[in-house]
Amino acid sequence: MSYIIQGDTGDWEVIVGLEVHAQVSSQAKLFSGSPTAFGAGPNSQVSLIDAAMPGMLPVINGYCIEQAVKTGLGLNAKINKTSVFERKNYFYADLPQGYQISQYLHPVVGEGIVTVDLADGTTRDIGVERLHMEQDAGKSMHDQDPKRSFIDLNRAGVCLMEIVTKPDIRSPEEAGAFVRKLRSILRYLGTCDGNMEQGSMRADVNVSVRKVGEEGYRTRAEIKNVNSVRFIMQAIEIEAERQVDIHESGGEIVQETRLMDPVKGETRSMRAKEFAHDYRYFPDPDLLPLELTDAFIEGLRKTLPELPDAKKQRFMDDMGLSAKDASALVADRESAEYFEAVAAASDPKKAANWVTNDLFGALNKAGLAIADSPISAAHLSKLLGLMDDGTISGKIAKDVFEIMWETSGDPEQIVEDKGLKQITDTGAIEAAVDAAIASNPEQADEIRQGNDKAIGWFVGQIMKATQGKANPQQVNQLLREKLKG
Amino acid sequence: MSLDKNDVRRVAFLARIKVDEADLEPVAQDLNNIIGWVEQLAEVDTDGVEPMTGAAGMVMTRRDDVVTDGGDPEKVLSNAPDRVGDFYTVPKVVE
Repeated sequence: MSYIIQGDTGDWEVIVGLEVHAQVSSQAKLFSGSPTAFGAGPNSQVSLIDAAMPGMLPVINGYCIEQAVKTGLGLNAKINKTSVFERKNYFYADLPQGYQISQYLHPVVGEGIVTVDLADGTTRDIGVERLHMEQDAGKSMHDQDPKRSFIDLNRAGVCLMEIVTKPDIRSPEEAGAFVRKLRSILRYLGTCDGNMEQGSMRADVNVSVRKVGEEGYRTRAEIKNVNSVRFIMQAIEIEAERQVDIHESGGEIVQETRLMDPVKGETRSMRAKEFAHDYRYFPDPDLLPLELTDAFIEGLRKTLPELPDAKKQRFMDDMGLSAKDASALVADRESAEYFEAVAAASDPKKAANWVTNDLFGALNKAGLAIADSPISAAHLSKLLGLMDDGTISGKIAKDVFEIMWETSGDPEQIVEDKGLKQITDTGAIEAAVDAAIASNPEQADEIRQGNDKAIGWFVGQIMKATQGKANPQQVNQLLREKLKG
Repeated sequence: MSLDKNDVRRVAFLARIKVDEADLEPVAQDLNNIIGWVEQLAEVDTDGVEPMTGAAGMVMTRRDDVVTDGGDPEKVLSNAPDRVGDFYTVPKVVE
């Protein structure tokens, strides 16, 4: 499914690389002991190190190192046993140090691979160029006062992982799939909460276009700080169209930083100042190189959970699920755990059906996450059990599901209270069948004359009369015996 | 390596240091003297010596992931020349 932009001069393809910033879920910042929690009062989570007071020295947070390495392992990437923190120099009001401590020539993680799942059921490998650790900057607010910008340094110094892809992405869909997959992996690993609304994950999107069949890359533009999957996909569409128009009208793309305006549906230049990209990196003299031992790396490898790709494969191989169901179930860790709890005591395929159709459908409709599901995995599992042992029919199970959704109740209790147990007593069903035949002699005659279609109608009548509690197969059989036997 | 007037103008701009046009030439001369002095290090034979970023023969110390700081905006803002509430303010940054 290639993504082609039809221009006046021919077909164009889009080349995309992403730089995803993912906030490490740590208690304290990368080089100071101040907290990282979201939503605190302005400048209440700032140490004198974060505020860059003279004489303050950074000391690295060991937990952040572990999370970066863990993430690297989760991305099937090479871990560099020596990496170096450097100073990236630039001036901005929310960067009190005048430089960001980052990694440049020697990042902690090298090349890796992320396999993304596409809508048509195929997968594609997107190369990861590197992952490095760096400090976040503070936050500027420009709309509080006509003459001043307000600065809050709470975010300053929070540990980010910058994950850079190779220019392997060829469509908005692939970009979206990459970000969703990366977020899923980070959440499985627990290294980043992946919360894009709160800014724990955001992306810079590098876009260029070229004629289909053309070798090499044309000049690219970078769209900064895009904070949702939808906007990332939209930014690529808009920017690619813009570049095609410029190329076709004989213009030139300027290598620059642009901003996405989702309201106007356009990207616009940030008019970056001349020299702005001359960061004059050099090794931070306050920090020694980061040395990792094999024992440290292997110790972390042992703590890795089963990741979505492996889980998907297991669901398909061991449980016989379809690729589509397996993908939907492993997309986030909570869903996968929920499904496994349900499937533990019943047929996995049936469990997958109920979870992906009934439960996910209801959750979507209500805008709820799986963690907020009114129906617990234990209860759903019990419901499937009631069907398996013939206590209730599939149809009644749907009704019980509705009640469970409303009340969070125990299905066994609901079936008991509402008297929904399937009638297995043949005598009772026979009585219902006889009553139906007696009160509908014309339809009964039709069946006797060979019109089998009327059997279905009768089954419906009898199910209605028994409030759905009769076993439809049993009813069907009895009807045939009585009218045709 | 040597710097000319244009290099000095550029470096001064990047460092946000104001250097008058008339001073660019003498500053370039001063900087070139310093660079020349440091470049004497190139005379040392470093064949087979692993490049390094520091001379301290020690491993980088790590801190535990424990909150030990913050919670005191008064202290952090005590030198702010123009605070509003608990914010620093600066002359408006355009974009």
